[in-house]
Amino acid sequence: MNAPVHHQTLITPAHPKALASGQFKVTARDVDVYYGEKQAIKKLSIDIPDRAVSAFIGPSGCGKSTFLRCINRMNDTIPTCKVTGLIDVDKRDIYDPNIDVVQLRAKVGMVFQKPNPFPKSIFENVAYGPRIHGLAAGKTELDEIVEKSLRKAGLWEEVKDRLAQPGTGLSGGQQQRLCIARAIAVNPEVILMDEPCSALDPIATAKIEELIDELRQNYCIVIVTHSMQQAARVSQLTAFFHLGTLVEYGDTNEMFTAPQEKRTQDYITGRFG
Amino acid sequence: MFVWTVLLIVLMAVIAYWAGRTHAAGLVTAGGPRLHSLPSYHGLFTAAGAMIGGLALAIAGAFVFGSQSLLTPVAAVIGAALGAFPLYSKSSLDFRARNNFERVVLVLLITCSAVAILTTIGIVFSVLYETLIFFRSVSPIEFLFGTHWSPTGTPASFGFIPLLVGTLLITVIAIAVAGPLGLLSAIYMAEYASPRLRSFLKPILEILAGIPTVVLGFFAALTVAPLIRSSGEAMGFSVASESALAAGLVMGMMIVPLISSLSDDIINAVPQSLRDGSYAMGATKSETIKKVVLPAALPGIVSAFMLAISRAIGETMIVVMAAGLAANLTANPLAAVTTITVQIATLLVGDQEFDSPKTLSAFALGFVLFFFTLVLNYIALRIVQKYREQYD
Amino acid sequence: MTEVRDELVKKRYASERRFRFYGAAALILTALFLAVLLIDTVIRGIPAFHETSVEVDVNVNAADVDPANLPGGNYDKMIKEAFRAEFPEVTGRANQKALTALLSTGGADALRSMVIADPSIIGKTVTVPVLLGADADMFLKGQLTDQTIAPGKATLHVARLEGEEGFVLTGEKTGEEAEKQLGLATGDVVRFQGGAVRVTGMQNGYLKADPVLPPDAAFSTGNFDAGQWDIVSFSVPQANRRINDNQALWLDKLKQEGRIENSFSWRFFQAGDSREPELAGIRGALVGSLLTVLVAISLALPLGIASAVYLEEFAPKNKWTDLIEVNINNLAAVPSIIFGLLGLAVFLNFIGLPRSAPLVGGLVLALLVLPTIIIASRAALKAVPPSITEAALGVGASKQQAVFQHVLPLALPGIMTGTILGLARAFGETAPLLMIGMIAFIADVPQGFTSAATVLPVQVFLWSDLPELAFKSKTAAAIIVLLVVLFALNAIAIYLRKRFERRW
Repeated sequence: MNAPVHHQTLITPAHPKALASGQFKVTARDVDVYYGEKQAIKKLSIDIPDRAVSAFIGPSGCGKSTFLRCINRMNDTIPTCKVTGLIDVDKRDIYDPNIDVVQLRAKVGMVFQKPNPFPKSIFENVAYGPRIHGLAAGKTELDEIVEKSLRKAGLWEEVKDRLAQPGTGLSGGQQQRLCIARAIAVNPEVILMDEPCSALDPIATAKIEELIDELRQNYCIVIVTHSMQQAARVSQLTAFFHLGTLVEYGDTNEMFTAPQEKRTQDYITGRFG
Repeated sequence: MFVWTVLLIVLMAVIAYWAGRTHAAGLVTAGGPRLHSLPSYHGLFTAAGAMIGGLALAIAGAFVFGSQSLLTPVAAVIGAALGAFPLYSKSSLDFRARNNFERVVLVLLITCSAVAILTTIGIVFSVLYETLIFFRSVSPIEFLFGTHWSPTGTPASFGFIPLLVGTLLITVIAIAVAGPLGLLSAIYMAEYASPRLRSFLKPILEILAGIPTVVLGFFAALTVAPLIRSSGEAMGFSVASESALAAGLVMGMMIVPLISSLSDDIINAVPQSLRDGSYAMGATKSETIKKVVLPAALPGIVSAFMLAISRAIGETMIVVMAAGLAANLTANPLAAVTTITVQIATLLVGDQEFDSPKTLSAFALGFVLFFFTLVLNYIALRIVQKYREQYD
Repeated sequence: MTEVRDELVKKRYASERRFRFYGAAALILTALFLAVLLIDTVIRGIPAFHETSVEVDVNVNAADVDPANLPGGNYDKMIKEAFRAEFPEVTGRANQKALTALLSTGGADALRSMVIADPSIIGKTVTVPVLLGADADMFLKGQLTDQTIAPGKATLHVARLEGEEGFVLTGEKTGEEAEKQLGLATGDVVRFQGGAVRVTGMQNGYLKADPVLPPDAAFSTGNFDAGQWDIVSFSVPQANRRINDNQALWLDKLKQEGRIENSFSWRFFQAGDSREPELAGIRGALVGSLLTVLVAISLALPLGIASAVYLEEFAPKNKWTDLIEVNINNLAAVPSIIFGLLGLAVFLNFIGLPRSAPLVGGLVLALLVLPTIIIASRAALKAVPPSITEAALGVGASKQQAVFQHVLPLALPGIMTGTILGLARAFGETAPLLMIGMIAFIADVPQGFTSAATVLPVQVFLWSDLPELAFKSKTAAAIIVLLVVLFALNAIAIYLRKRFERRW
């Protein structure tokens, strides 16, 4: 199902190596994240390649969502959260003062655990991003962007006749695809997904996983999931988090058949989690 | 006499309590079966009987003998005794004194709750009654659609339209002031201010909300109106000394805390997930507020505005002190107009015969006012209810 | 970064800053309004907390007092005679009337109390503080007009005109030059040894003046060096003020002699209403407010708590109770004047209770604050976690026992806070009480719940309507008292909330 990409140059935290240029979309070095006094992420380093799906797995509270939210600086909205260390997207430090967080978030899109479409029409939901970023010169361009995004999200056929109806009127799975279309509409390069299927039924989940598989041809996708089966199905690379540290990161198949760390082995075999 | 009667009933109740309790306690023999209810409940039940009996005969006595007569407290005492005795004799080991007493309490609670409903019925009935009498001398059509209001003139005319226009003019000015100020304050406090700043700003709004309207009216009449007049005349306008602008402005400031606190609650009720969705798209805070939060909060904000309008329409003291008395059909904020509430106050204050059309017209005005504000409040509260359901 | 549309991004951030600024500006404007309101009121009201009296030596004439009836003595006459004696130069009925008009009609009260307390002073001469009238009081506080007294800088020559009531003023020059040299303007009063004259302007080339404190008949001319005469100028011309130039000069003289006493006005708190501003106090209104609010709370509190307990804990949840809840929410938002109409129609006309009595006012206010108390109490009861009730029921308590012995005590702080806030609201209400007749002028302090009374907010309203300038000051002072009481009540409520309310 998944052909591993850049297999040989993957790094596990035990052997930090210098990067080969242009290979990794998102990199992190020695990242610490604090919520007030409590440390949620400890010395995290990782390299995430482009055009692949990387899955973050681990027991609840291990920091995977926290780290995900660092990549598009959503943690900025939490006043008690402090992030130190280096996080690069396309080799540019995203915490650099010269970086405009508003544009960063157009480049790094996010889909949330519970679908959160705006209480607007389907069209307006998808058009929101292009509008505020000025991506469309006129109405026809905007229409095109909306149609393209909905097609890419696999939702166009189902909603093309009712674009003016409220987005909240769709089913759970459709709402989530709408949120994905919304994220795609601003032309991101990275799509972060925080447990996107946990609020959906199995059929909707399957549809989303299919979608993710298509999307990975054009985007760098990072997905947080509490389901190891989903990680196994959907991703090429998997990172195992435990108590705020990255324990192991490598090819998905290898991780699930022959993990290198004992903790990974224990989690996968269900000893804890 | 009244005080004596009450004191006597209370005294009888205390005696009844003591008697009932001791009697019940005396029924228990060592080693024998226990009482169903604690002795104190026997006492309470007996005392309740005393109070009800005493009150009943006191009221009857007041009707028959007159409230000043000495016979009324006597009747009360007899009533108390008559009420207490049957209950006293009911005391036995098996007697469910507590349940009976609790039944009495329940009836009492229900009666108290009925007062609130009785108030509404009372308002509607009394005001409607007088209004209907008024409509016997003045036709409703002339009242509702007439454009000349002069109840003291000869001949007296009761056209309601100038009052409606005056009320609306001042209300529009008030909302034009309070709407932006209240809403923007709420947005700033809910979205931008730090918790420390919030704890400093909220009391300021609460203090403003607690200022009695008569104080605001004084300020409007003595400071704001002359200020507007002099600056208006300096700019070349002709400004009345009781301009609608002065009254409307101060009334607007009075309403700011209302709109602000209601909007604050509503904005805070918008789920954080919507904001997160917008931020994740790369929107700035103001874009998120303007395009996502406020549209989502719109029904609640509309209802807040409706409640504010209702409050402005029903406000009396500020307009009595700062707005005019002459009915003036105009849309000019610099002119003096009068409102519904001012007319109600002016017509009913002072000694005049109660049944003249002049006095009754005040009730007709009151009825219109009550009806209007009731409709506005009802719609506003329903919107808030439905809105809450959406997010629960 | 890709998608570099810097122009647009800059505009978006500018829009963000502007938006944030508008929000802050709205709050600042509101706070500013509040500050201006409070400061303006305080500045207006502070003068009313002081009263001015003049020290007069009064001869307690035995002929005017009957020892068997001390309160009935003619103290007014004694005061006026003594006061006139201070100004022997004032002659003529009109002027003497103007002089004694400076005193308050109640000025003799201090003397009356002194004689009643110590009848032995009859026949002796005593020093008595006599209260000044409102106009004199306002003048001395500088509220009637601004007054500047400057010594004359040049030599002044005053000459009585022959055959006319008038004087000519010259300096070393005459005519227009004189006006400039002496530094005089029309309306200024020139004060010199022997009298005072008011400049009326140029006439026939001479600077003319009318007598204010006329020099006696013997005076025909006078020369005064610089520093020996004064220029007294007023910002408000004599025609527009209630203290004319004579009276102003008499008061100035008393002030210069140090006979004017400025003291804290306890009278403001001890006296009832009066038609004379200087005698008016808020005692009647305060007592009336106290009685009215007492009636209101003693009715609304038990009814409110009982209703709230029933509706929250015992009532079945059906469409009737929904209707009741809607009804109560609506009542809480009904304009207060409607409650006045209810009071007028039902309590006064149908039942026939006495007009303007604290009993009726209290009934009306009770109905007014009842919905608020019910809503606040229900919220307090709802906040108590159901686990408490379940625990009580679990050990075998009846529902009523659980509610009254466990839930209600825990909800009590919240209920008390709501009640005090309701109390504060009732204390400040005006419109409904106007409807039930509390608008009459009531000078006596109310004796009971059925005697005619007024309340503090209505007193404020009544005084604000009166034209005398002095009453404006009193109104502001009464407002200060009202705000202090409300502030205290709110502070108590907040203290109770902080101290006793538990966060579950």
